Amino acid sequence: MSMRLEQGGRLINREKPLGFVFDSNRLKGFEGDTLASALLGAGKMLVNRSYKYHRPRGIVASGPEEPNALVGLGQGAWFEPDQRATTTELFDGLTAMPQNAWPSLGFDVMAVNGWMSKFMPAGFYYKTFIWPRAFWKHVYEPVIREAAASGRPPQEPDADKYEHFYAFVDVLVVGGGIAGLQAALTAGKSGARVLLMEQTAHWGGRAPVDGAEIDGKPADDWIAETLAALEAMENVTLRNRTMGAGVFDHGYALGYERVADHTPGDGRVRHRLWRIRAKQIVTATGAIERPLSFAGNDVPGVMLASAMRDYVVNYGVAPGRKVVVVTNNDDAYRTVLALIDAGLEVPVVVDARERSDGPLASEAMRRGVAVECGAAIMKVKGKKRVEGVMLCRGNGTGGAGAPVECDAVAMSGGWSPVVHLWSHCGGKLKWSEENAHFYPDPSRAPTGAQGEAFVRTAGIASGAMGTGSVLKDAAAAGAAASRSAGFKARAAAAKAADAEEWPMKPVWVMPEQALPELRSKMFLDFQNDVKVADIQLAVQEGYESVELTKRYTTLGMANDQGKLSNINGLAILADSLGAEIPQVGTTTFRPPYQPISFGSIAGEARGEIFQPLRRTPMHDWHEHNGVAWEPVGHWRRPYCYPKPGEDHEAAVAREVLATRNSLGLLDASTLGKLVVKGPDAGRFLDMLYTNKMSTLKPGKCRYGLMCNENGFLSDDGVVARLDEDTFLCHTTSGGADRIHGWMEDWLQCEWWDWKVYVANVTEQWGQIAVVGPNARKLLEKLGGMDVSKEALPFMGWVEGELDGITVRIFRISFSGELSYELAVPAGEAMALWSKLLVAGREWSITPYGTEALHIMRAEKGFIMIGDETDGTVIPQDLGLGWAISKKKDDYLGKRAQERSHMVSPDRWKLVGLETLDGSVLPDGAYAVGKGVNGNGQRNTIGRVTSTYMSPTLGKGIAMGLVHHGPDRMGEVIKFVATDESVIEAKIVSPVFYDPDGEKQDV
Amino acid sequence: MLILQCPYCGIQCDETELAPGGEAHLKRYGPGSTDEEFEAYLFERKNPLGVHFERWRHANGCGKWFLAARSTTTLEVFGTYKAQTTEPPAEIVAAIKAKLPDWEGRQ
Repeated sequence: MSMRLEQGGRLINREKPLGFVFDSNRLKGFEGDTLASALLGAGKMLVNRSYKYHRPRGIVASGPEEPNALVGLGQGAWFEPDQRATTTELFDGLTAMPQNAWPSLGFDVMAVNGWMSKFMPAGFYYKTFIWPRAFWKHVYEPVIREAAASGRPPQEPDADKYEHFYAFVDVLVVGGGIAGLQAALTAGKSGARVLLMEQTAHWGGRAPVDGAEIDGKPADDWIAETLAALEAMENVTLRNRTMGAGVFDHGYALGYERVADHTPGDGRVRHRLWRIRAKQIVTATGAIERPLSFAGNDVPGVMLASAMRDYVVNYGVAPGRKVVVVTNNDDAYRTVLALIDAGLEVPVVVDARERSDGPLASEAMRRGVAVECGAAIMKVKGKKRVEGVMLCRGNGTGGAGAPVECDAVAMSGGWSPVVHLWSHCGGKLKWSEENAHFYPDPSRAPTGAQGEAFVRTAGIASGAMGTGSVLKDAAAAGAAASRSAGFKARAAAAKAADAEEWPMKPVWVMPEQALPELRSKMFLDFQNDVKVADIQLAVQEGYESVELTKRYTTLGMANDQGKLSNINGLAILADSLGAEIPQVGTTTFRPPYQPISFGSIAGEARGEIFQPLRRTPMHDWHEHNGVAWEPVGHWRRPYCYPKPGEDHEAAVAREVLATRNSLGLLDASTLGKLVVKGPDAGRFLDMLYTNKMSTLKPGKCRYGLMCNENGFLSDDGVVARLDEDTFLCHTTSGGADRIHGWMEDWLQCEWWDWKVYVANVTEQWGQIAVVGPNARKLLEKLGGMDVSKEALPFMGWVEGELDGITVRIFRISFSGELSYELAVPAGEAMALWSKLLVAGREWSITPYGTEALHIMRAEKGFIMIGDETDGTVIPQDLGLGWAISKKKDDYLGKRAQERSHMVSPDRWKLVGLETLDGSVLPDGAYAVGKGVNGNGQRNTIGRVTSTYMSPTLGKGIAMGLVHHGPDRMGEVIKFVATDESVIEAKIVSPVFYDPDGEKQDV
Repeated sequence: MLILQCPYCGIQCDETELAPGGEAHLKRYGPGSTDEEFEAYLFERKNPLGVHFERWRHANGCGKWFLAARSTTTLEVFGTYKAQTTEPPAEIVAAIKAKLPDWEGRQ
């Protein structure tokens, strides 16, 4: 049944009908409709089910405060859940699905929850479903998850594009109602760079709907003229469909522009995130009407009075034919008049005040509307749609009630300024007794880098309620912001009168003495099904803080973040505590004002450009030679090179055996390379490393350990002394930037008088390890350098030309084999790699990856930062005492390593582990000892840090940290796997292969 | 998102250009210090409601460490200065006192 009126609808174009699908029904709307107005126009009031009780729910609001009308929008790669029908512009072909209904909106089996609501009180998540334990996992959790499911996550990657914009302005004005327009006009005239953002597609806000007159003309005309004036100013940027999402430190703000939500498929980016720096911010964000709490205030057809007026005036839609209006203020009479003007029936106005004969009420009565003063709605009749209301006295308990037939109810509980953006960065609020709302306290504004106020509010957002006051306040805010930004401004406001309105009366429960049966049907938070009775119960159970009550009852925790419910909930909380509302305070307002898409946050940073990839000089060669990649920091390193038909395990085993038996080749370019230079370089490295580096001779290498001031091992690597005052420090692959920063910190902030300079040359050099018994033969075949044992002994380095390529060769080994690491200028690294591959064919040269590297180092008992260390391990735990100088007075970490806990004999220490059956121990498995701890868990005595199948030895090998480990050689201990099976392993030396180091020193 | 001026290169740095480094003007205690001194050096950090001296590195810029005097409550920045000092410079202290006459100085 169409509810579209014959006349009216200032935002729709009746010449342009649009087709859309909701819940599999093909429906029609008009260009200019929102999805909500189109649904109402098509007679669809019931649009969703509530989250907890699955009660039928209809459209309540006309803007971002809407709690109920959430839909899944689009399909496939364009699907997005939790979209608000009230802020979704209609387009031809739009497809939407309701979210919480199963199997259908009309018949929802989960609605039994409603009968059970007695058993689902406030905090029911915490109270119930705990015992018996197994029930939680297998019964309660699956049922709750099914019942409480809101939008379903999309199943396909988002097909749309997004982008970020950066803007720097003098004055940012958020909100394009008459206050925002006036503030922007004032600021624009001052010459300041102004950005004005409006979240909807339309400028002017509520003023035209409310029938305001400005400068002696209809609001629409003033808005059009002001907009034209702003567009003519080169220093002013206007953006509609752009929401002020958040205000942050020092004038940073986020704008969320919905560029193409209403024109899908036109090739434009869908959303644009504006990252704004503003000297001054003016929030002209308006106000949101509050619901009233009466029994059945959630039945479809009960709507905010202002929203009802929006639907009639803006979209030519009748939310009902026969509308009861219930209010505690004069503004709702504007809705009464709008309904009558549209030819709809208003059987009665229920006014909570004892007297109501202000100008607006009088006009309504003059036009024949009955007004019941001091009255209340006792309850709403109807389940899926309002069928009528029962009226009673406002100060009573409810009683029998007098029935009134109607199909909709318009409610108004007063207005709350939108203070979110003001509050995001610390703006404080005051309570107005007159209007029963919180409003910004200009004396406690958010402050910027100079201690200046950088956020101002304008219009109703300041608490100014009349049109004239709004414009004056906005002009003043625009002028003040311009002056603070360094411009001369005049606060000349457009002229308008403040309509005469009688005082409102705060009404938090209707009727005031309502019995529990009624209170348990008065909804505060529609989306989360929080009722008046829930807040009262929470107070009875001892909840006094507003923040805790919020979390206990879930009031205001839905994706509308309590835009409708918070003040009403606070008032109930205050009343139940016997406190004043300002003493109870509000919960914290956090950005974003409304949910923004993840796509907009990611912007362009997705896929390949999500994070820049660091490539070694041989990256492309690896790619073309069947590499299986492993991410290491921002690098990709070859994990292994599987041949056709070979799995990773087989490839790794082949690479290890080829290297051990003949010749392997490793791209070690990711190794961190820091040059430390200067007269004090040796002294500096003595402080950074646990060993003494100043005694290292030029031409020699030394393995070193770095600890943090807590004494824990942080990085390791080989240091080569290049000349008297130059060292080359190798760091772990992921560690170069971190260690460079660490060195700079100490040089700049502690020993700033030491003459040392550090440069990170990691990417200037390619590094290639030539490893295996035939390594020397290969280098000799290339020729040009003497790499004999005598000329280049173990732990030495030389410079020269190898087959015409300049190299620095380090004789160091991380595999236990004869090994040369060739450092080569990055531009020539690939050429050298190719020469080595060609020349090495006669020894079946085999490129190997990180897994083979790890296995070979584990076979040798070499530790790996991040495997054997986890930020709580000191070198002494790892049997590395030999690398700690006893002669030095100080090094970073030395004092910490003297602390009692660090010298305790009870620390877990490094050992090798061999399973009795030769299997591979599970990584990270814990060894169990005698007895149990305070939680009834078995005591642990050690854990596995590295574990591999050793192709060389044909069995599983592992390293681990074990209590008194080195003193327990040969002992068998028990490890428990995640499937609770027990694996026995013998404690052995961590050096499994070539314990005397004969192979690397040949 | 804060803006702090790097005292080395003069750039007004967006917070994304900076890396935080915790409390400024710590005195290092090494071997020979008592357990109490060393514990305080490692772990005891000020967390004032008000004026705080802190370390920042212009990490995505000139790479220099610098120090800032900032209010943790109002976000007001009283000044930034080079890290090669053990005490806040006199002009920074004067700037704080000018704004906050009751400030008792760095404790």
